[in-house]
Amino acid sequence: MTVTHEAHPGHRQSFLTRYIFSQDHKIIGLQYLFTSLFMAVVGGFLAMLIRMQLGFPTAKFYWAQWLFPGGFANNQIKPDFYLAVVTMHGTIMIFFVLTTALSGGFGNFLIPLQIGARDMAFPFMNMLSYWLYPPAIVVLLLSFFVSGGAPNAGWTSYPPLSALPNAAPGSGLGQTLWLISLAILIVAFLFGSLNYITTILQLRARGMSLLRMPLTIWGLLFTAILMLLSFPVLFAAAIMLLFDRLGGTSFFVPAGLVVGNTVIQHAGGSPLLWQHLFWFLGHPEVYVLILPPMGIVSEVLATHARKPIFGYPFMVGSMAAISFLSFVVWGHHMFVSGMHPLVGMAFMTTTLAIAIPSAVKTFNWLATLWRARIRFTTAMMFAIGFISLFVTGGLTGIFLGSPAIDIYVHDTYFVVAHFHFVMASAALFGIFAGTYHWFPKMFGRFMNERLGKWHFWLTFIGIYLTFFPMHFAGIAGMMRRIFSTGLYAHLQGLAWVNIFISLAAFMLGAAQLLFIWNLFASLVRGQRAPANPWGATTLEWQTSSPPPHGNFPGALPEVHRWPYDYSVPGAPEDFIPQTVPVTAVPAPVHGGSGEGPPGGKGQ
Amino acid sequence: MIDSPRDADAPRTGRRYGLVVLLFVALGGALSFALARTRWWLPPGASTQAAEIDRLFTTTLIVTGIVFVLVHIFLAVLIWQGGRRTAPAAYWHDNRTLELTYTLAPAAILVTLIAMGAVVWARVHAAPPPDALVVEVRAEQFGWVFRYPGADGQFGRTDATRFLTRDNPLGIDPTDPAGRDDIVARELHLIAGRPVHIRLSAKDVLHSFFVPQFRVKQDAVPGMVQSVVFEPTRAGTYEIACAELCGVGHYIMRGKVVVETRGAFETWLAAQQPFAP
Ligand code: HEM
Ligand SMILES: [Cu+2]
Ligand SMILES: [Cu+2]
Repeated sequence: MTVTHEAHPGHRQSFLTRYIFSQDHKIIGLQYLFTSLFMAVVGGFLAMLIRMQLGFPTAKFYWAQWLFPGGFANNQIKPDFYLAVVTMHGTIMIFFVLTTALSGGFGNFLIPLQIGARDMAFPFMNMLSYWLYPPAIVVLLLSFFVSGGAPNAGWTSYPPLSALPNAAPGSGLGQTLWLISLAILIVAFLFGSLNYITTILQLRARGMSLLRMPLTIWGLLFTAILMLLSFPVLFAAAIMLLFDRLGGTSFFVPAGLVVGNTVIQHAGGSPLLWQHLFWFLGHPEVYVLILPPMGIVSEVLATHARKPIFGYPFMVGSMAAISFLSFVVWGHHMFVSGMHPLVGMAFMTTTLAIAIPSAVKTFNWLATLWRARIRFTTAMMFAIGFISLFVTGGLTGIFLGSPAIDIYVHDTYFVVAHFHFVMASAALFGIFAGTYHWFPKMFGRFMNERLGKWHFWLTFIGIYLTFFPMHFAGIAGMMRRIFSTGLYAHLQGLAWVNIFISLAAFMLGAAQLLFIWNLFASLVRGQRAPANPWGATTLEWQTSSPPPHGNFPGALPEVHRWPYDYSVPGAPEDFIPQTVPVTAVPAPVHGGSGEGPPGGKGQ
Repeated sequence: MIDSPRDADAPRTGRRYGLVVLLFVALGGALSFALARTRWWLPPGASTQAAEIDRLFTTTLIVTGIVFVLVHIFLAVLIWQGGRRTAPAAYWHDNRTLELTYTLAPAAILVTLIAMGAVVWARVHAAPPPDALVVEVRAEQFGWVFRYPGADGQFGRTDATRFLTRDNPLGIDPTDPAGRDDIVARELHLIAGRPVHIRLSAKDVLHSFFVPQFRVKQDAVPGMVQSVVFEPTRAGTYEIACAELCGVGHYIMRGKVVVETRGAFETWLAAQQPFAP
């Protein structure tokens, strides 16, 4: 396994094995990050198309017709192409941007570095995991160019719409490609998560007991477990749906359907089965997207507030509780699907129970900021912004978790607002905080802080202006995934809200160009960064930037304390790296209530 | 810390950032809700369950609104102070009493909300009263078809795969005597003050029966029949929207509901053609 790295100065690498088919977790992490960035541009562009239509339904977009001759007519987007755009936007953002950037990108880059390992447990499988991702992208994007176009059943792909090729234009080959693409990507995720779990459990440095792991590692570990347990279910469901579509089976298609005037020759299936399988993945999936940011944000907050993270054991415990509960709440997506009301009651209880560990985490972050000495780096601003967005998005979740209220707001823009706050915004802020924070480690250079601040402000304000008013559209009854609000009487007052949202969204989208510019410009021109620019305690900062092949020159580090010894009274500096022996610096008791010095535990 | 010049800026940044959180998020959030209430809000309720759901909605909004504002005020204060601090940060990272407090306090609030929500949910799903008007609603790409049982109070058998034609959009079995007096309509007519029991089904794909003013939403699932029970309270004309993505025409799938007096309803029903007169 990783032992081979001991001899790394010896073995020669060509450009190809070093940067393309690399088995080095750092390179793979960066490959994942840059590919995700590319997909974020695609997905973000699609979001702009959605907002063009909803904000300016009568405007003519000549350039768009030139770009998508099939999707536009009369310089206006066609309804079927609109749905394809919505579907692809959601699919791309969830599976191809957030999951890949967080687990694939940060997971790969950080896990071995933060636990003091030379590499992942299975470097070759790790490389395969990345190299399944581009083919999945190609297959997915190919669907734009086949007859019928990209799938338009939404990112949830509910059958029968997604099962019957004649039910909608995109339900033809496009939908098949969607399923194949997802199946490929899931295999990549499974390779990845196996690697993360094994690596974290097996390859920790000496002294790195579980309760001395940085919270980012905890977040990534729980995420990997969730992925390992839930993605196979979606994989199975995707294969079953493929069989229904191509093989004549009827897992999801009941008897007696007539589409248009065509009698469907399927019998015996249930569309609700797909919803159960899908959301059994789909709900844990949203925690796959939020647990790593929770870890990243904890870390960034502690480092830049120069304060130990507050309530470390509760932080870990609440992540565990969230992970466990995330498997028993999927039914809250199905309150109005045709579920027995008593089952709805059970899912309401588990769903609202998740709010408790989430509240604990929020208050722990706030307590971490209490009597802190904050350094307002861009990374820190994104971390603080995360708290705000997470609180806002979390609170609207309480409406959706209460089934009686959900009767009204389900499948309206209230839901769109809610999940864009927690997933699209909070998770994205985790990614931004992580990028600004670890960029010096990744490339040995700083990102430009001035541009970073601009990026932060425009993004933070842009998000509130874009997604907050969506709550109002939802409360007014605007259904999601509708191409136009023009027809319904109860939506007549919403034109100005939609124009406002669209303008804010364009600003928000444009602000991301600053980030991309900053990222690439800093790669070549950024100010050089030392090994530990932020004065951080965790292991990745105790090696050079960027770390060499094998991560730690010479012997692997040994860990003597928990990761958040900031501002320890009596210490010469306001941080004590995890590698510093306890005897070298007097350390107050971790745990407050007499659990013994940090060095006394673990090993 | 190598890059200490940034520290000199901290008080100013802390103030600015704290102010944004305070004014833009906490105050802006609250004020925009106040503004939205006047223009972009729940359409006026028109059923008994609308009143209950609205009450629950308002309670939840008040509770979450208070939390939203307080947390953001607190966050603003922390940022403001964190930027001004010149002494080292406190080495303070555990306090069981505090943590238990903020575990149990949200738990108590949530248990209350769960209990209130459960009551409304159970009431909405109570069995239909015996005197309820029974109507069948069938969703299809992209419209709605309604069926009343006619004088015998019985719906005839249907089989869309065998009997569906232009004149028989539900595929009522012509050999079933119970179906002969069934009335198939393109508008839904209901009686103000009389509970209705809707039996909801779908012909092709998933749809969702959504009448915003009634606070009613229920997916129509092919292969299943769902019960929707409510009592319209205000006469008037409303729209049925489709809330589940059902294909290209999802956005045009409107239906019409007329809520009227018993007399007007009887007149309308009498004017309809039975399936096989
Ligand atoms: C400027 C940024 C963004 C804007 C303006 C935007 C806007 C929208 C809009 C208007 C919809 C359509 C909702 C509907 O009709 O159901 C939508 C759907 C969605 N968005 Fe975004 N979005 C943005 C970024 C993101 C990001 C970063 C994510 C990452 C999680 C995301 C995830 C989704 C998902 C999952 C859907 C649902 C798609 C579906 O219904 O199939 N969005 N977005
Ligand atoms: Cu529909
Ligand atoms: Cu629809």
